[in-house]
Amino acid sequence: MSNGVTTQRIIINTTINGEPREFLADERDSLLEALRERIGLTGVKEGCNNGNCGACSVILDGRLVNSCVVMAAEVEGSEITTVEGLAQAEKLHPLQQAFLEDAALQCGICTPGFLVSAKALLDHNPHPTEDEARFWLAGNLCRCTGYDKIIRAVLHAADEMNGNAG
Amino acid sequence: MQAVKYARASSIGDAIKLLQEGGPAARVLAGGTDVIVQARERRRDIDLFVDIKRVPEVMAIDFGDGVTIGAGVPLYQIYEDERIARAYPALIESAHVIGGTAIQGRATLGGNLCNSSPAADSIPAMMVLRGVANIAGPNGEREVAVDEFCTGPGRNVLEVGEFVVSIRLPQPPEHSGSAWQRFIPRNEMDIAVANAGSMLVLDGDTVTDARIALGAVAPTPLLVQEAADALIGRPLTDETIAAAAAASRAAANPIDDMRGSVKQRKHLTGVLTERTLRTAAERARA
Ligand SMILES: Cc1cc2nc3c(=O)[nH]c(=O)nc-3n(C[C@H](O)[C@H](O)[C@H](O)COP(=O)(O)OP(=O)(O)OC[C@H]3O[C@@H](n4cnc5c(N)ncnc54)[C@H](O)[C@@H]3O)c2cc1C
Repeated sequence: MSNGVTTQRIIINTTINGEPREFLADERDSLLEALRERIGLTGVKEGCNNGNCGACSVILDGRLVNSCVVMAAEVEGSEITTVEGLAQAEKLHPLQQAFLEDAALQCGICTPGFLVSAKALLDHNPHPTEDEARFWLAGNLCRCTGYDKIIRAVLHAADEMNGNAG
Repeated sequence: MQAVKYARASSIGDAIKLLQEGGPAARVLAGGTDVIVQARERRRDIDLFVDIKRVPEVMAIDFGDGVTIGAGVPLYQIYEDERIARAYPALIESAHVIGGTAIQGRATLGGNLCNSSPAADSIPAMMVLRGVANIAGPNGEREVAVDEFCTGPGRNVLEVGEFVVSIRLPQPPEHSGSAWQRFIPRNEMDIAVANAGSMLVLDGDTVTDARIALGAVAPTPLLVQEAADALIGRPLTDETIAAAAAASRAAANPIDDMRGSVKQRKHLTGVLTERTLRTAAERARA
């Protein structure tokens, strides 16, 4: 570990899932590490830790990012949404409901990343075509290879949210 | 993560000072999609990140004579900008396929250029569009053409304390068109086996100016003057396009690796040169 450099603890002010949040992190922490280990938001998953798998997807100031390739120190003043921010009290987000109803998960490690990425898609484009959904979600990998069910669940949730169920 | 300190620059002068004091182990942090992974995997000796994203000039898009795109502007903001999309299609085609949605939420042209990978997707596009990097450093400002920026794999002209503030693309001339394509075995999210960009200016059927650039087939992205020479002053025909493609194949000096063989890469270089030229010509005529 040692390269002779000493990093410091820093205080970071953010809004996470709608709540103001001040937390202490090390300046060497990635956003992924800070969310999981400093704040306890363990819905954010570590997969590849190099930007390829999307398990750590969060929405940062309205844009989808991989939290493993963001430094915690960078998010001062930012708004972050994690999978924990999708459900409203006891009510699941339509995406979460669709993933359950359509059995769009197997082992589950990729699920939070897919949900957050799909939320960013629907925020940006409420009526995605199947192609648009597949391209948007290309940076999220499912090691169980359950892509078809995931895509169907996303399109199903979009229908529900647009008020034309069924 | 290895111990890397973090500093936030608020002005160009501030960034230069931090980079200069930090020395060779200080690195600019733009979108972080290359440099954070390099620090984590210790592929580079890095002990300080200098975050430039709060420097106003680095985050601006200015339309004047052409467009000046701040080195920290994320890719999505570039391809969602209709004025850029209309004038510089080759750039947009490359920006659209660098990583997936989440990478494009952060990754920058400045980072793609300064990381100086031989396979960097936007560099050939910026080359054919005559992009120029605006550099600031301890000795003031200087401009370096994108086609003279990279000096080897992961290496470029920047000196300690210098960084790229923005990239300027001149206004494309009348009756010009550009296009960029790459070959990868997947539909998305892969590193180019080969890529190519073309720019053409037509006067009727005669080519009055041309630029062709290749990626992933040499130690740096490559501007192929011989391919342009095969076209300039001649009519655009199947024969002249074939001559340009042959010049690209001849200029390509690729390696064999897990992504492709020398033979395949040379072949692809010809195919991509031809296809991008045809698309650029359609756009020039539109
Ligand atoms: C999953 C994944 C997929 C990818 N897919 C592609 C792809 O398809 N095509 C492709 O070309 N690349 C790809 N990349 C690589 C990377 O995303 C791009 O190179 C990106 O453009 C880098 O930009 P950045 O802003 O994130 O750079 P950073 O990581 O912030 O910086 C990269 C390097 O450039 C230096 N730097 C950055 N900005 C400046 C500046 N303004 N002045 C001086 N130095 C600077 C940094 O110090 C560092 O050395 C991919 C990466 C990942 C993780």
